Amino acid sequence: MIFWRKVLAVTWKDVLSEMRTKEIVFSVLVFAMLVILIFKLAFSISQDMLLLVAPGILWVTFTFAGILSLNRSFVSEKEEGCMEGLMACPVSREAIYVGKMLGVLLFMLIIEAIALLAFAVFFNLSVFSPALILVTILATIGFASVGTLFSALAINTKARDLILPILFLPIVVPVIIGAVRASGLALNGAGWSEASSSLRIIAAFDVIFLVVSFLIFTYVIEE
Amino acid sequence: MKTSRNIYWLWGLSSVLFLASLLMVFIFVPTEATMGVVQRIFYFHVPLAWVSFLAFFIVFIFSIFYLWKREEKWDIIASSSAEVGTVFTTLFLISGSIWAKPIWNTWWTWDPRLTAALVLWLIYVAYLLVRSYTAEKERGARFAAVVGIVGFVDVPIVALAITLWRTQHPSPVIFSGGLAPAMLFTLLVCLSAFSALYALLLWLKIAMKRSESDIETIKEAIDRGN
Repeated sequence: MIFWRKVLAVTWKDVLSEMRTKEIVFSVLVFAMLVILIFKLAFSISQDMLLLVAPGILWVTFTFAGILSLNRSFVSEKEEGCMEGLMACPVSREAIYVGKMLGVLLFMLIIEAIALLAFAVFFNLSVFSPALILVTILATIGFASVGTLFSALAINTKARDLILPILFLPIVVPVIIGAVRASGLALNGAGWSEASSSLRIIAAFDVIFLVVSFLIFTYVIEE
Repeated sequence: MKTSRNIYWLWGLSSVLFLASLLMVFIFVPTEATMGVVQRIFYFHVPLAWVSFLAFFIVFIFSIFYLWKREEKWDIIASSSAEVGTVFTTLFLISGSIWAKPIWNTWWTWDPRLTAALVLWLIYVAYLLVRSYTAEKERGARFAAVVGIVGFVDVPIVALAITLWRTQHPSPVIFSGGLAPAMLFTLLVCLSAFSALYALLLWLKIAMKRSESDIETIKEAIDRGN
């Protein structure tokens, strides 16, 4: 129980600082809108064609928005020297990982919820089905699990903006494949059984990388 | 002294095995019925893939060792194996591409297995990049080890995810008895030739990195002396 209280303290710190600065959610949302706009301009296609490419557009938007918010999540720690403070706290590295991961997850989900709304309006699609929401949550857990690990790693390299996507993108390939497939099925109104293989892969990824990241996060931030 | 003798031994072994595999691939083995002479690239393509996986498995094992024990020697083995493995994966992609052109009439298709190989290659390029973009050596080794572990764990999930698509690649016939005995024998000789080459390259790379590390230590000692 003490562990979870520490975890929530780390998450709450991030939520509090985000509520005061509104740095991540606002800027990333604007970015997500821009990605949607650029896609709309790049593919000027009819509504029935749109249904084919919509899952792809959705997940490219979420992936890039995810990378951006992951980057911000540790930049503030580094720039203000908060990382040293955080590590000096009587909190285990594992608790820092879970706390930061929950913060990242929360911000990403807020961004995605609003982006989905924009998506529904701009593309005239009914996106708020239980299947699509489940896919989004599962895939975002996958993004946050390895993303937090790599974000903490990238922040200590010479080219952090470059290293994070180079590491993050090939590793989350299974999540992107599964999410695009499952959302495509959900948008076309297919049943649960058809999407289950995709969902299972994303869920397996989530479990495996939550455990692996939890175990090796301590080696990333030790100084 | 011991190191250099082992190198000669490995060098001799891989030379003999390579000579044997060239003779077998070009003279001994019968030409495949449907694909013709092009199919002979198979005897290089499959061993390249095998060595790539072997190399990345070694990276995985020694990355864990390094994070656990924190001794530079484990990192030297992991990083050397990653470099050799990336070269072999590059050759594996290129040989596959050369094979695909006459058979599928295209240099590249987004077939699941090809895509998986490309993802594999990108993961280990990232492994090498992380190290080179880190200022301190110890930190670079630590970060690379993390990528070496996460990357290897990811490979089966990537493979699983992409089989959600339909595949154009022939399913493996090697263990299901679909390969003629002469072909299987040739493949085994080629596999051992490439494995010996991998061991040789790994050995050379490790020896080189050890020397680099020694020079670094000596340099520091001299700098302190001045």
